[in-house]
Amino acid sequence: MFNNPDLLKFIFGRLTLDSLPLHEPIILGTFAVVAMGGVAVFGAITYFRLWSYLWREWFTTVDHKRIGIMYMILGIVMLLRGFADALMMRMQQAIAFNGSEGFLPAHHYDQVFTAHGVIMIFFVAMPLVTGLMNYVVPLQIGARDVSFPFLNNFSFWMTTAGAVLVMMSLFVGEFARTGWLAYPPLSNLGYSPDAGVDYYIWALQVAGVGTLLSGVNLICTIVKLRAPGMTMMRMPVFTWTALCTNVLIVASFPVLTAVLALLSLDRYVGTDFFTNDFGGNPMMYVNLIWIWGHPEVYILILPAFGIFSEVTSTFSGKRLFGYTSMVYATVVITILSYLVWLHHFFTMGSGASVNSFFGITTMIISIPTGAKMFNWLFTMYRGRIRFELPMMWTMAFMLTFVIGGMTGVLLAVPPADFVLHNSLFLVAHFHNVIIGGVVFGIFAGIAYWFPKAFGFRLDPFWGKLSFWFWVVGFYFAFMPLYVLGLMGVTRRLRVFDDPSLQIWFVIAAVGALMVFLGIVCFLVQIAVSVLRREQLRDVTGDPWNARTLEWATSSPPPDYNFAFTPVVHDSDAWWDMKHRGYSRPLTGFKPIHMPSNTGTGVILAGLSTAFAVGMIWYMWWLAGLSFIALIAVAIGHTFNYHRDFHIPADTVVREENARTRLLGAGAKP
Amino acid sequence: MNRLKLLILLPLALALSGCDFVVLAPAGDVALQQRDLVIISTVLMLLIVLPVMALTVLFAWRYRQSNAAARYEPEWDHSTQLELVIWSAPLLIIVCLGAVTWMGTHLLDPYRMLGRIASDRPVDSGRAPIEVEVVALDWKWLFIYPDYGVATVNELAAPVNRPINFHITASSVMNSFYVPALAGQIYAMPGMETSLHAVVNKEGTYKGFSANYSGAGFSGMHFAFEGLTDEGFDAWIARAKASGNTLGRSDYLELERPSENVPVRRYASVDREIFNAVLNMCVEPGKMCMSEMTAIDAKGGLGMAGIENTLPLNYDKSARRGAVFGPEPAYVLGACSTDAPGAREARDIRAPVNATPLMGAGLKPPYLGQSRRSSTSFLSALRPKSDS
Repeated sequence: MFNNPDLLKFIFGRLTLDSLPLHEPIILGTFAVVAMGGVAVFGAITYFRLWSYLWREWFTTVDHKRIGIMYMILGIVMLLRGFADALMMRMQQAIAFNGSEGFLPAHHYDQVFTAHGVIMIFFVAMPLVTGLMNYVVPLQIGARDVSFPFLNNFSFWMTTAGAVLVMMSLFVGEFARTGWLAYPPLSNLGYSPDAGVDYYIWALQVAGVGTLLSGVNLICTIVKLRAPGMTMMRMPVFTWTALCTNVLIVASFPVLTAVLALLSLDRYVGTDFFTNDFGGNPMMYVNLIWIWGHPEVYILILPAFGIFSEVTSTFSGKRLFGYTSMVYATVVITILSYLVWLHHFFTMGSGASVNSFFGITTMIISIPTGAKMFNWLFTMYRGRIRFELPMMWTMAFMLTFVIGGMTGVLLAVPPADFVLHNSLFLVAHFHNVIIGGVVFGIFAGIAYWFPKAFGFRLDPFWGKLSFWFWVVGFYFAFMPLYVLGLMGVTRRLRVFDDPSLQIWFVIAAVGALMVFLGIVCFLVQIAVSVLRREQLRDVTGDPWNARTLEWATSSPPPDYNFAFTPVVHDSDAWWDMKHRGYSRPLTGFKPIHMPSNTGTGVILAGLSTAFAVGMIWYMWWLAGLSFIALIAVAIGHTFNYHRDFHIPADTVVREENARTRLLGAGAKP
Repeated sequence: MNRLKLLILLPLALALSGCDFVVLAPAGDVALQQRDLVIISTVLMLLIVLPVMALTVLFAWRYRQSNAAARYEPEWDHSTQLELVIWSAPLLIIVCLGAVTWMGTHLLDPYRMLGRIASDRPVDSGRAPIEVEVVALDWKWLFIYPDYGVATVNELAAPVNRPINFHITASSVMNSFYVPALAGQIYAMPGMETSLHAVVNKEGTYKGFSANYSGAGFSGMHFAFEGLTDEGFDAWIARAKASGNTLGRSDYLELERPSENVPVRRYASVDREIFNAVLNMCVEPGKMCMSEMTAIDAKGGLGMAGIENTLPLNYDKSARRGAVFGPEPAYVLGACSTDAPGAREARDIRAPVNATPLMGAGLKPPYLGQSRRSSTSFLSALRPKSDS
């Protein structure tokens, strides 16, 4: 049977033994480590008989809180992968001087920088941001779950399926060697005939379904499920930014889906959308992908802005300054983010008027962003600032992000962009805003909401250590890149001739190592906090003396979030309740209507992965069968009538009484 | 934290002293003006960024929890005056920057012919610009000098203070043509022509490279740009002439194959139409040029016959063609001529040589001062003499 090449080709498509990177020692070593780790985790779960617990309580859960936590875990795991890529790039660029080729051949290096970008944006920043929104938004608006709990589970598993495909490309075949946006003609079949670009396309298509559906879900949740009294202008700012972000997701991800679909048509059926010949136009791809890509950066940064607003207000012990202008600034940014995409390619040769239009719209975005910055400043003004970890991240953000914002506006001046485009200055700029904005925001959010999710705080010592490594490491890693950019050094180079540049790359590599220590300290922080959880325990549910509704319930919140839906009278609802002498209802509990868990999301995502693998490796039988199964399971799921249940009143009574006891005979509501 | 930042700056300041900041100290007038814009914009933004950073540190220090002396107003959350200031201060900066951007973008439009060769020297109308045709190949640069009939690979030269008109295209994938010392970059794209107008003011050897990732050999895709005296340039041309190599269509197809870290190569004679053929993707004999195809289509096309007018592709350029389920790779057969009608026309359109501010290539000059022609007018005094 194995001697029949036609049969083998039918079964395995273009997948052969040569597709396995057996000749690349670095990948083989990585595989060994990942495999050992995987076997260890797998073994531990089996040994402690956790599979059925995990399946029942986590994989099939429709609880927005657990899904949020799973998103965070996915993001952190993928951060390790994406950061390993970053370290490899920094090492390669630090040593590839004076005739040295470094340690990565082009075939590998080009995959590394592509994978780094794709993973950090799609499988680190997106899951972390979505995870925080998923966890916090329903609690902040006093809801019991999102509007479509099953859809939420399905979205998570689709995102995970995309991550699985990217990870799979490391060991089976290869990833794209095109840069993270896969511009044609380079990404067309003619110049990238291998499975790499197909991995890219299908990983993003599968994960994109998850992102889009989660966007729909959260919009619906925010619009329809707010507690009584919470008008739009009384929504917490994080919820506002989440709303705007999800509007952006819903409006922009279809563009990504469409442009990748067109690219796959070019690759699979020989259409000519983006080819050089026969009327194809690669510039169309560049436009379309940035019409998605620019809103994408606001999808990431807006929730971070929301987190900073919550944190600044809470830790300054003060109302947020200029709530209304904050909201309008967010909305203005949402709209403007669609009018600036061309600034990513001024150098493609549009006319001066087109370039200046997009340059000026880009600058206009800095006005609402600047207003936000001032609003945070004046929230601190006449406050009582407690420099806990979330506030420290916020301070680092305010000082770092303005530099990134400044270089960003500089790059929006087309003639300046002509000399800095695609240079390491640009690389430094977008890391300055993404690390200094999104990543710092996510860490602030994790430190801020961790006690809510787990009932104990994160250990402050390791947290501060991680903070300093991250912040100082960031400056060491990226300030040299600004300098190199001004020396005219372009990005994505693998080897260098000019030895005078080396020192800067070495400094940047040292910075990357410091950030690595920051990540290690963060992981240690979580481990130490779990071990010391009794000392770090918070029983009040409100460890920071905070202001919004999520702090009104226990930590961790019960499955049903709120025994009674709270009534809102103010934008800082919980602060207002505390000050009006709100007392928790202790009697009169009723059964609570809740959605049931279901495994359909896992199954659909698994089938999607199989379909994608079939398409990537040209195993048409697999693609066909899994696609039919996908449709069948989706239809079958509509006949599942066991989709809800009631939490009995006495369970609610038991949980609420336990909380009453913890609160210590009403010492604090 | 600020003290730490200063510590970070210290080694930077030491290391900065020995570096070549080519973007900040370029050798060409266009890059110099772009540098000026970088600096003007940065200074404009620092006007607001520095106060924000200072206030951040100040407020953080002053309103720390342990400072009981500071005022604490937990309910204070609105001030119309402050709101006006925080929206209008960035707005004012952006209005200034926006005006600078509009002017700068039009004046430094890479498609625009140069009006001056240095801040104090208008273009010498008696000295024609030098034309250079640039082709980005996998992974090297081909430079064709149509006026001299020579070509080079991975070496570019131009006499100082003489405007250079670049016509740029690519053979396979996107690249970006960039000589930081000379002028900003512009993409090189297959089947399309981009332009760049620049001038070099100082003699010297500068770095040029592709600034857009284009595949495996991208790192080696750099070239030397020589700014030479007139005599030096003539000698450089003579050296190419003496090389004895010729660049015809078949030589080009050979050169076009992917290769990495290619050494400098010179060609004494060049097929006059080669750039045009590259641009229209019809270097291969018998293939229809894009310009020809669009000309036919503009007249209504060939109808159903057009579909038949293809041949299977029996050579394979540098890349695999076709798709998994797609038709067999094919190409459209050329009609009678391999020449491309109309392809040169676009290039012959010249922008007016006029350095009046606020004017893009497609805009009419401002009306002010034109009607009176008074020598005392401020605007006409600004206009370079070459214009009158």
